[in-house]
Amino acid sequence: MSKKKGQTKVTIYPDWCKGCGICIAFCPAKVFVLGADGKSHVAHEDECVGCGFCELHCPDFAVSVTPRTAIHSAVPSRDVRAEPPAGPCNPDPGPEPLPSPTTPEVEHGNQKA
Amino acid sequence: MAQVTELIHNYLRHNKKFPHVYCAGCGHGIVLGSLIRSVHGLGYSKDDIVLVAGIGCSGRMAVYVDFNTVHTTHGRALTFATGIKMANPKLKVIVVMGDGDAMAIGGNHLIHAARRNIGLTALVLNNNIYGMTGGQSSPTSPEGTVSATAPFGQLERSFDIVDMAITSGASYVARGTVMHVPMLDGLISDALEKPGFNLVEILTPCHTQYGRKNKFKTVVDMYTWYKTNTMKRELYAQKSPEEQQKLTPIGVFRDEGWPGLETRYAQLRTKLQEQESCQSSAN
Ligand SMILES: Cc1ncc(C[n+]2csc(CCOP(=O)(O)OP(=O)(O)O)c2C)c(N)n1
Ligand code: SF4
Ligand code: SF4
Ligand code: SF4
Repeated sequence: MSKKKGQTKVTIYPDWCKGCGICIAFCPAKVFVLGADGKSHVAHEDECVGCGFCELHCPDFAVSVTPRTAIHSAVPSRDVRAEPPAGPCNPDPGPEPLPSPTTPEVEHGNQKA
Repeated sequence: MAQVTELIHNYLRHNKKFPHVYCAGCGHGIVLGSLIRSVHGLGYSKDDIVLVAGIGCSGRMAVYVDFNTVHTTHGRALTFATGIKMANPKLKVIVVMGDGDAMAIGGNHLIHAARRNIGLTALVLNNNIYGMTGGQSSPTSPEGTVSATAPFGQLERSFDIVDMAITSGASYVARGTVMHVPMLDGLISDALEKPGFNLVEILTPCHTQYGRKNKFKTVVDMYTWYKTNTMKRELYAQKSPEEQQKLTPIGVFRDEGWPGLETRYAQLRTKLQEQESCQSSAN
């Protein structure tokens, strides 16, 4: 992974971020700030050194770091997420198609134990 | 650069509600990410994996990840997993338990799974507390810590999960933390590839039920604590006994490669079948 600055696109998915502050506290380049909405925001993208710490330590999978040269969008659209790229490591057909937004969520397992 | 977060999203069940139910900063989500990267990195198909979880916040992982999943009862995940592995040894069976799940109600199953050396990968998410049920002390709550059931400080001594697994006969035993994720990915990948009973204890913070009562202002403080108070076991070994008291060693503590019960069972079956066919041809 490149240690040069300014080669990455850093994206927060605000719907998933819970504002725990891990990326804000430990990013070596101080890329993130806590917004008034209680979520992390990318404030200094050009400082990012691409170390990957935030992606590995975000408990909510809410931050993504991608090379700026990547052909595809850094923000996975919901369709992209539903269809994993086929490859030797991932021969699966992928998760079931997304339900329509009105479908009530069905959880299995104990909600409260 | 691997598209780390996209990869994880590909393994989640997007018909479940996200963000997941875990509290902000709960380390359980980091463990899930690490497990997904490890499985992906080793090239397993989702269908080769069975994730068996107990009850607790940790157990809810079974809801979110798109492997074969079984969300069992509190403390009994290892018994279900043992049955699955014996019935179909080709499956990679991963067992996710909390410290309460694995060491209290399920403690007996843990020591016997280790004694049998059944080929499972057990991940014990140790947050030193019963998270889901309101913060009661668990068998790994350190002496002196405050909880819902020990408002004046825990009087009992705690279990060391790694020591317990080693003593009981597990073939591979390691400890990692959610602050040391590249190392954790390595430990989980290692454990998945080893034969026999593999256990990885994962230190993970529960600020909601444990941290707040034990002088951690924020969840970030707990991650900082893991950073400064854990140390690779090789470096830990060089410290003085006084320094060691304040530190928790992390890394691989046992790696024997002993064959799992399911393998020994298959060997026995082949042997007996051969004997039988010899006898019938002699008759
Ligand atoms: C037989 C049984 N006894 C008790 C409970 C209540 N219970 C649910 S989760 C839990 C403890 C959870 O703590 P832990 O295993 O450490 O997991 P965490 O929530 O911290 O991840 C208890 C006691 C239960 N569900 N079933
Ligand atoms: S680590 Fe993740 S959830 Fe926490 S503040 Fe950063 S993006 Fe948000
Ligand atoms: S990869 Fe993440 S943690 Fe590392 S410098 Fe960039 S934004 Fe900061
Ligand atoms: S109560 Fe603790 S273990 Fe449960 S989700 Fe919250 S932080 Fe995690």
